[in-house]
Amino acid sequence: MNILSVRNLSLSFDGKRILDDLSIDFWRGHIHAVIGPNGAGKSTLASAIMGLEGYTTYDGDILYNDESLRGMPVFERARRGITLAWQEPARFEGLSVPRFITAGSACKDLSYVRELLEALGLDPDRYVNRSVDRTLSGGERKRIELASILAMEPRLILMDEPDSGIDVEALQYIFKGLRRLKDQGVTVIMITHSMSVLAQADHAFLICQGKLQEQGCVNKVGKYFVDKCFVCDHVNQPLAAEIKA
Amino acid sequence: MSTKDIVAELLASVGMDSEHGFGSDVARIEIHENHVVGLKLVPGLHMDVEETDEGINGILRLAAGVQLEKPVHICFGVLPETGRQHINLDIRIEEEARASFLAHCTFPNALNVRHTMDATIVVEPGARYAYFERHVHGASGGVSVIPRTQVTVHEDAEFTTEFELIKGRAGKIDFLYEAVCHARSVVEMTTRINGREDDSIIIGEKALLEGADARAALISHIALRDRAQAEIYSDLVATGDRSRGHVDCKEIVLDAAAARAVPTVEVRNPSAHITHEAAIGSVDSRQLQTLLSRGLDEDEATDLIIEGLLSKKARWTRDSLTSV
Repeated sequence: MNILSVRNLSLSFDGKRILDDLSIDFWRGHIHAVIGPNGAGKSTLASAIMGLEGYTTYDGDILYNDESLRGMPVFERARRGITLAWQEPARFEGLSVPRFITAGSACKDLSYVRELLEALGLDPDRYVNRSVDRTLSGGERKRIELASILAMEPRLILMDEPDSGIDVEALQYIFKGLRRLKDQGVTVIMITHSMSVLAQADHAFLICQGKLQEQGCVNKVGKYFVDKCFVCDHVNQPLAAEIKA
Repeated sequence: MSTKDIVAELLASVGMDSEHGFGSDVARIEIHENHVVGLKLVPGLHMDVEETDEGINGILRLAAGVQLEKPVHICFGVLPETGRQHINLDIRIEEEARASFLAHCTFPNALNVRHTMDATIVVEPGARYAYFERHVHGASGGVSVIPRTQVTVHEDAEFTTEFELIKGRAGKIDFLYEAVCHARSVVEMTTRINGREDDSIIIGEKALLEGADARAALISHIALRDRAQAEIYSDLVATGDRSRGHVDCKEIVLDAAAARAVPTVEVRNPSAHITHEAAIGSVDSRQLQTLLSRGLDEDEATDLIIEGLLSKKARWTRDSLTSV
């Protein structure tokens, strides 16, 4: 049932605790949202799950298909099916769009690249001869990054702020891509503080100062977020009574 | 070995075929060591060559108004393990003429080879000159490539040069391009080199934007591994009204390699503008982490990032030389 289990995860930077004894179970094949105010530890959680540099020293554990990820390098996690879509995708000057998209894919065919671009609302003829560089807008790079993720056929995708820096039209194609992934049985964890992104999820977790505040269906967590977090004057200093785990 | 065989071997070393590869409308110049082993000209393109004890003296002219559709193919090379090649070249692209040059410099077996060149290039008003130079070196690094080029780009003229050395060992590279840019002229110099082991690379690219509305871009992208060393000197001086320039210097440095970039940008006219960007260091962490998260290991990811840094499609490929 669970593809990923975060167990009593604590992670600190410079003596400041960013994740604080956090435990969350992510069900397989669902779209999850991790929501919370800025600085709540959402992106840190995604980085720790991916095993990015600087996020590998923690207490507790992260289990993927019941296997501990502790000490496992990023590329090994990726080869097991975990990947990350960045809030702001990297630029790769000179690297062609097809080479980038197929970097982690067994299939390197241009026809496959064209199909993926088309599925994400990008005209292949306009992109297959371009580089993943500054000439692409933020929305284009987000969609090309998602194409590269689709190409690697992952089992678990961490999406950090999928709506960051993109227009409404591009966001709809991102959501379309997410639904395609879900249809394929892929688990998606979206990191967000956006209600429109939250609405795409099946299930949500609200964290504040690295602690779990609320979880459940999207409506319930969204209401909690709007009612309590929007007006909260102690952001990232949650009241003890509100902490779930 | 016959002259024909030498030409065939030179071309084979760069992946080309002397018998079938070229269209009849393609001009060709092949020089092995200090001997001209192949020369085919087309209407409007003139070349005088002289072989001396010191090397080759060549004078190349493209007549005014002549616009060559196909690039001129040049092949310089030294096939034995040791040898010397020195070329003095005087190139003039006359008014409103246009030509592109696809040059292969091949030293596939070099253990102790020295290739030097002194060139002057004049691009007359309204003319266009574009030169793409791909080096094919062997695995030993026993080659020294030392070209010196003085370029004058007249009014409304364009000068483009690309130097590419990606496969094989660079050996010792020490080149200098200096360009004077007159009114409304355009100059672009690009260098892409992959250095490894104890390769030594010195690059000098200089442009003086003397004329009004002159433009220049000096671009160097270099990847270094092992103990390779590089020094990049990019000098851009703007004195012309509204002249514009850009220096782009990117080096990836791995292992015990070292790079030193010395950009000099100087503006002596308040209406002129020069920009500069430089980045030297290991591979970009975000790029690396992105590719790791796609399942590439660190070496694979680094290779792909370097491939991107060093890749830029040449305007002409060998296919552009073949018959239709």
